[in-house]
Amino acid sequence: MAEPAINKKDEINKVVDEGIDKGIARLTPEKIKQVINKVLASETGARLKAYVETCVHCGLCSEACHYYLSHDNDPKYSPAGKVKQTIWEILKKKGNVDPEFIRNASRIAYTECNLCRRCAMYCPFGIDIAYLMSIVRRLCHMLGVTPLYIQDTAHSHSACLNQMWVKEDEWIDSLFWQEEEAQDEISSLRIPLEKEGAETLYSVIAPEPKFRAQLIYQAAVIMNVAGVDFTMPATPGWDNSDLCMFTGDYEMMGRLKKAHFETAMRLKVKRIVMGECGHAFRSVYDVGNRWLAWKMPPIPIIHAVELYYELLKEGKIKITKKYDKPVTFQDPCNIVRGKGLHEKARYVVNAICEEFIEMHPNREHNYCCCAGGGVINTGPQYKMTRIKGNRIKAEQLFATKARGAKVIIAPCHNCHGGIEDINHHFGLDMELHFLGDIIYKVMEKPE
Amino acid sequence: MHDIYNFVSGPLVWASFIIFFAGCLYRLISMAVLARKKDVFVYEYMSFKFGLRSILHWITPFGTVKWRKNPFFTIVTFTFHICIIFIPIFLSAHIILWKESWGVSWWYISDTAADVLTIVAIASCIFFLVRRIVLPEVKYLTSISDYVILAIVAAPFITGFWTYHQWPGFRIMGILHIIAGETMLAAIPFTRLIHMIFFPFTRGYMGSEFGAVRHAKDW
Ligand code: HEM
Ligand code: SF4
Ligand code: SF4
Ligand code: SF4
Repeated sequence: MAEPAINKKDEINKVVDEGIDKGIARLTPEKIKQVINKVLASETGARLKAYVETCVHCGLCSEACHYYLSHDNDPKYSPAGKVKQTIWEILKKKGNVDPEFIRNASRIAYTECNLCRRCAMYCPFGIDIAYLMSIVRRLCHMLGVTPLYIQDTAHSHSACLNQMWVKEDEWIDSLFWQEEEAQDEISSLRIPLEKEGAETLYSVIAPEPKFRAQLIYQAAVIMNVAGVDFTMPATPGWDNSDLCMFTGDYEMMGRLKKAHFETAMRLKVKRIVMGECGHAFRSVYDVGNRWLAWKMPPIPIIHAVELYYELLKEGKIKITKKYDKPVTFQDPCNIVRGKGLHEKARYVVNAICEEFIEMHPNREHNYCCCAGGGVINTGPQYKMTRIKGNRIKAEQLFATKARGAKVIIAPCHNCHGGIEDINHHFGLDMELHFLGDIIYKVMEKPE
Repeated sequence: MHDIYNFVSGPLVWASFIIFFAGCLYRLISMAVLARKKDVFVYEYMSFKFGLRSILHWITPFGTVKWRKNPFFTIVTFTFHICIIFIPIFLSAHIILWKESWGVSWWYISDTAADVLTIVAIASCIFFLVRRIVLPEVKYLTSISDYVILAIVAAPFITGFWTYHQWPGFRIMGILHIIAGETMLAAIPFTRLIHMIFFPFTRGYMGSEFGAVRHAKDW
């Protein structure tokens, strides 16, 4: 009659992950029990209790989740199904669970939920499954059972306050290099470093200097042409990304956000503008600031979409000829369910592109790319988890392509990673761009 | 028999109402205190305007994307919820009892209407039961307690219907009906039926986060 939470016969995705395997090997049931009960007692309270006791086990949240839909409605991937396999068991057994249980819980929380919060819009009670999965991640972090790759980024964060082991001189060199490159195009262009009292601090995530330096180039061109009074820091604190938020290492998350906010304060800027990244926005606007007891960020922070909106609306950027390929737009959860930027993004898209074709569902109801929530950072072992877990995204994009769209615009780094993989695997064959790529292409530039 | 009747329709009624009200109040207050202690930011982010906005959408039939996507479920669950609140309060037989003991009375529905609504309520319970057994995503989440709760909820309606129609053994059924009603009331604070009390707060909080902080809709 009642279904067991974990069916021993289930084939569990066999992935070799040293981070998890070695962590599990170190665990004993006593240690698990002690850590779980300590974390639950000191860090959780009314919300966890209310969510667990209010849930009427109705399953209405299921169809919200792209994993569930992509796995032919397999209940193990439904939002409440994931809670059943983790939190409910942990509470029912009062922390008396074995290391294999933790292995399973870690896999579910880190790789089978993007913390995208779509399900909160489908549960009548607004039960926050993403919060519940974050608790599981926190427990796994405290138990030392985190996937290897994302843990490596967390180590990088703690060693050098950025995600990709970028050294201080490499960071500064990258900026100089992009400045020089861009000066070939616009001779007066500057990327001002450490300019105290500038209006805007421009911050990016570490993959930009590391792999996607052209994004810094483009942003510099856009801001120079528009006359934005900006600066970039030459010290650690320049990286706004935060994978510690996703491993459950909240102490480290706090350090990162503090360094970031303090860098902005030190330079006496009026606001921070951040590049096209979703998870970093969640960290500075929603999660990290709260850990530091700031109800809202201590200094205004806006996402690139808002900057572009401002510049286009005020006519500070003029368009020579609109982009002529038909485009569609991926609403990134962290800036749409996270800040409601969907209409501004549409304004920008319509201002720079001739033809815009909506994908369905869209806006708040868009499906997550399946890369977010740190899932893409768990590494190549889990690439197929993401791809198989988001067949629905491929279907959504095929349907949009059938209606004429040739290009996907996604103002989020993770979305790019996730959609690129889906693009290749399913043979979607669509182009993928940032808003900045297109603005750079179609804007009026001085000779 | 008479003694039993007097007992269940006297002291037990008192007991069940006290358990229901005191229990709900206790659950609410202890939750509020716990939130003060451990999730204090809930108070910071809770917004009356945005919380209410979300609640209103969710208590309106077809007021949310989710309700529109599952029209049959939506119709059943709204009818069911209205029935189980409406019938016990506006049933003429219940109002007569109120009048006899307290001298108060109010508007009531005709017995035929009550009969029809009761059938609807029982049918909805059967729908929830079948859904639990048949739909894999619901079955997966189901534990024995879910069937027990459903039985607790269905029992007053089934026994009441039986008694009203004076089917065989209706006298015993009448007593069982009273006990069933009392059981349901008393069970609310201590089972998942508490969702009726917590709903405004969980939904209201999500509505506040989405509305006031994230500038997005949550329906
Ligand atoms: C006002 C007082 C309320 C009462 C007395 C009440 C009572 C009940 C009962 C008796 C059940 C069936 C129990 C079960 O199947 O486990 C139920 C189920 C349910 N209720 Fe409520 N409820 C109330 C408010 C709400 C509200 C405000 C909502 C949210 C919109 C809600 C949503 C649900 C849902 C989704 C189910 C699940 C049906 C299922 O699959 O079993 N209820 N409620
Ligand atoms: S991936 Fe998104 S929809 Fe699925 S359970 Fe996690 S938060 Fe909910
Ligand atoms: S929709 Fe909400 S109440 Fe229903 S199973 Fe999902 S989380 Fe629980
Ligand atoms: S990567 Fe983009 S779509 Fe995916 S979770 Fe982040 S913001 Fe959402």
